[in-house]
Amino acid sequence: MDKKPRSLRTLITVVVTLVTLGVLIWGMFFTADYLVLNPKGPVGQSEKELIIITTLLCCVVIVPVLILTAVIVWRYRDKPNRKAAYSPNWHDSKVLETVWWGVPIIIIIALAVVTARYTYALEPSKPIDAEQKPVTVQVVSLDWKWLFLYPDENIATVNTLTIPEGVPVRFEITADAPMNSFWIPQLGGQIYAMSGMSMTLYLKADEVGTYFGTGANFSGEHFAQMRFDVNAVSQADYDSWVQKVKGNTGSTITEASYADLAKPGVMGETEYSSFPEGLYSKIAYKYVVDGENADSEDSTDGTKQEGMGSSLPGFSSGQVTSGLSASQPVQ
Amino acid sequence: MLDSIKDFASWFFVTGDPLIYGADVSIVLATIAIFAVLTYFKKWGWLWRNWLTTVDHKKIGIMYILAALLMLFRGGVDAIMMRTQIALPGIKFLEPEHYNQVFTTHGTIMILFMAMPLMFGLFNIIIPLQIGARDVAYPFLNSVSFWLFFVGAMLFNLSFVIGGSPDAGWTSYPPLSELMHNPGVGENFYIWGIQISGIGSLATGINFIVTLIKMRAPGMTLMKMPMFSWSVFATCIIIILAFPILTVTLALLFLDRFAGGHFFTLDMGGNPMMYINLFWMWGHPEVYIVVLPAFGIYSEVVATFSRKSIFGYKSMVFAMLVISIVSFFTWLHHFFTMGSGADINAFFAITTMIIAIPTGVKIFNWLFTMYRGRIRFELPMMWTIAFIPCFVVGGMTGVMLAVAPADFQFHNSYFLIAHFHQVLIGGVVFGYFAGLYYWWPKMFGFKLNHKLGVWAFWFWNIGFYVCFMPQYSLGLMGMTRRISEYTWDTGWAPLNFISTIGALMMGIGFLFQVAQILYSTFKHKKVGNDPWDGRTLEWTTASPAPEYNFAITPHVHAVDDWWATKERRAKGIADDPLPPIEPIHMPKNSIIPPIMGLAWFVAGFGFVFDWWWFYIPGMLGVAICMIARSFSYDTDYYIPVDEVKRTEEAIRGSV
Repeated sequence: MDKKPRSLRTLITVVVTLVTLGVLIWGMFFTADYLVLNPKGPVGQSEKELIIITTLLCCVVIVPVLILTAVIVWRYRDKPNRKAAYSPNWHDSKVLETVWWGVPIIIIIALAVVTARYTYALEPSKPIDAEQKPVTVQVVSLDWKWLFLYPDENIATVNTLTIPEGVPVRFEITADAPMNSFWIPQLGGQIYAMSGMSMTLYLKADEVGTYFGTGANFSGEHFAQMRFDVNAVSQADYDSWVQKVKGNTGSTITEASYADLAKPGVMGETEYSSFPEGLYSKIAYKYVVDGENADSEDSTDGTKQEGMGSSLPGFSSGQVTSGLSASQPVQ
Repeated sequence: MLDSIKDFASWFFVTGDPLIYGADVSIVLATIAIFAVLTYFKKWGWLWRNWLTTVDHKKIGIMYILAALLMLFRGGVDAIMMRTQIALPGIKFLEPEHYNQVFTTHGTIMILFMAMPLMFGLFNIIIPLQIGARDVAYPFLNSVSFWLFFVGAMLFNLSFVIGGSPDAGWTSYPPLSELMHNPGVGENFYIWGIQISGIGSLATGINFIVTLIKMRAPGMTLMKMPMFSWSVFATCIIIILAFPILTVTLALLFLDRFAGGHFFTLDMGGNPMMYINLFWMWGHPEVYIVVLPAFGIYSEVVATFSRKSIFGYKSMVFAMLVISIVSFFTWLHHFFTMGSGADINAFFAITTMIIAIPTGVKIFNWLFTMYRGRIRFELPMMWTIAFIPCFVVGGMTGVMLAVAPADFQFHNSYFLIAHFHQVLIGGVVFGYFAGLYYWWPKMFGFKLNHKLGVWAFWFWNIGFYVCFMPQYSLGLMGMTRRISEYTWDTGWAPLNFISTIGALMMGIGFLFQVAQILYSTFKHKKVGNDPWDGRTLEWTTASPAPEYNFAITPHVHAVDDWWATKERRAKGIADDPLPPIEPIHMPKNSIIPPIMGLAWFVAGFGFVFDWWWFYIPGMLGVAICMIARSFSYDTDYYIPVDEVKRTEEAIRGSV
């Protein structure tokens, strides 16, 4: 029934293939930026390097396997008068087996060494080497918005983050809502935002620009709205921005207005000229039962923490402890 | 009075969405149709005696597979609904609340109510046949396991139309899944659906490990077991060690919600991080539970369709056992970003990578089984060959995700989504499809239509890459999982659109398979015992096998014993003389398992709504079933020699 001439069919095949490939290439490379592969800060840069190194190491095994698969499947397909050998009972070779236990082991050892080194180097709570003193931003994940507190400046914003370029930023991250994750792909990897915890993440922007920030861990109905722009600006612009926000005294966060802010809902970008002192630690430690963990060694700086840090010391060796018992008191 | 009934109904039934009304109508119509057909053809007795009360492992297996295919349909519709909503920005197909429910049920159903029962179905049908046994070690328990799975799945699916679906993700992390943030009954459906079927899964794990240890035919030492049997052995080890963790975790979550507990709450000293650890202590081994049997299937298929012994048998066994042990030491890689510190992250990154070693070895062994073989491209082999490149690439992205600091950039993004779909579809689903095509003649006595199967194969395979390859890119573009909408300025629209096309193609592939099954059911040629020129014991008995499996228990001398027998016969060496047929000892059907399942359903439903007048009778029913069983002594019978001889002659006559 299909009586199209052969050349027409070939033409259709070629056109369809080319259009498909064209759409694919256009979609892959010309519609959006590969944020993770286009970092604008030292943390993201190192993570990109690591991604490339590990991909290449994996390819050492993967590419030969894929080629081998194609060759074997083609060469040993069953057809009359096939020339390739057929040895139905050959099922054991110590040499070959040693090779393919050995090669993956070597690759994995190499990967393990690289991974371990980078894991220590890129521990999120480790400060970034820089001449400037880091700026601190306290991040609170709410239902369904991000609250950013600038304790040094006593200003706050919602769903928009402004940071000075070239200066390390020390993010202290918590949540007053279900767990979320704080992610600015072009500056570096994410870390969870959890109630009753304060996590520390150091990032730095090396270029002026606006970067995409997002919540990365599902936190309920309007989770998709938890996006924010990160404006990395020059130090001078940053200072004048701070002054501008401070000057606009009509909008402040008070204890009462915070309670409203924390209620589930969606909102746009907002700036606040002040917020109550100690708001962050009040949020981060609001669930601590009085007296509990009072003699815990994690509470030496006067703040108390809940749960895992003291009851399960095995799990708390990194972030959690460094976030809570480090000498810098949370504001 | 009328008003209060109205209020109750609008709360009890899910309302307000045309999709759901559509589902309501089709559920009612389908139920009426089933009742009408069964009544018209007077099939109620047949259904009850031959299927619902059966303890025959082959029939239980078929029921598992039917249920799993239904669940594959439900989960697949969920997937296509999600992909439709996010195909382009601004599509108002699903509200965020509804979208959240759909991805939650998609994940839960695909893992727990699709992959698990499909796997158990294949265990049931094949394991006793493959090791030369008459049934599993505990046939009654096997039936109980099936019914617990079935009512668990039904309870979970009921949430679509009654009470409301869970919406906290298939991982159901607290505090989002706690009463504080999730006061509806949806999470209770999640907990009880999984709990009830989870008891069944644990029992199945115990059942099959005992079957494999105690019921192998004489001569079949452990190191002569077929590879699929070994993979089931390895999987059962993981099931027995991992499922209790899930049961306890969900029980604690339920206590939080039901009885004011504070295990995972934010206040009163609860700790949600504990749940996340516990969940993945089960959750990571779980993915090896579902993938190891698929590895076993590939091993059988590759050897059969290359007409060659499996390469490196000992290596293969060792690799699977290594995977089953190491799988318990990798769970933390699901939350490198929870801030455990460099020591812990480095440890779990490396344990995760270690799993790649035995897995890689298995790939090489499959390749070298084909090397110097004679590869026939039948449907099972096509799926196996498609699996290798797919799984290799999926495994590679898995290793990339295991690199803890790199995971800070991949975590929770579409890169992760693409990775786990690639290993779960490319590894597990392809494997179970291969198994279904391979053993279908053994179940029903005919092969599935090749041509329709080839169409399904290409739609699935091309659709898979069109759907999931763009998602790796989307992940690197910063798109996170579980978002119900996005805007044009992100630039994610084109790749999402392409991805949706791929999902639809896989949907078409599934429809081809449905057509293939229906077509082949009505139009087929009967096949003999051994339609694929197989290697293992299941191909020595009739297709489908008689209820007692083997008239005479086989004696095993070699790995791939049936192949060895055929080689001996080709050389003109006569078989050993057969001993005389003896009366065959068989278990009797029992009405207790379906009744116990029903009691569990009532209890689960009561717990979901916190209605004591439901759960107390339900739990009483469960207790009564257990007591009734422990006092029933008439549980077995003998098939007399005459009847066995008649059956055997009838089988020989019909082929």
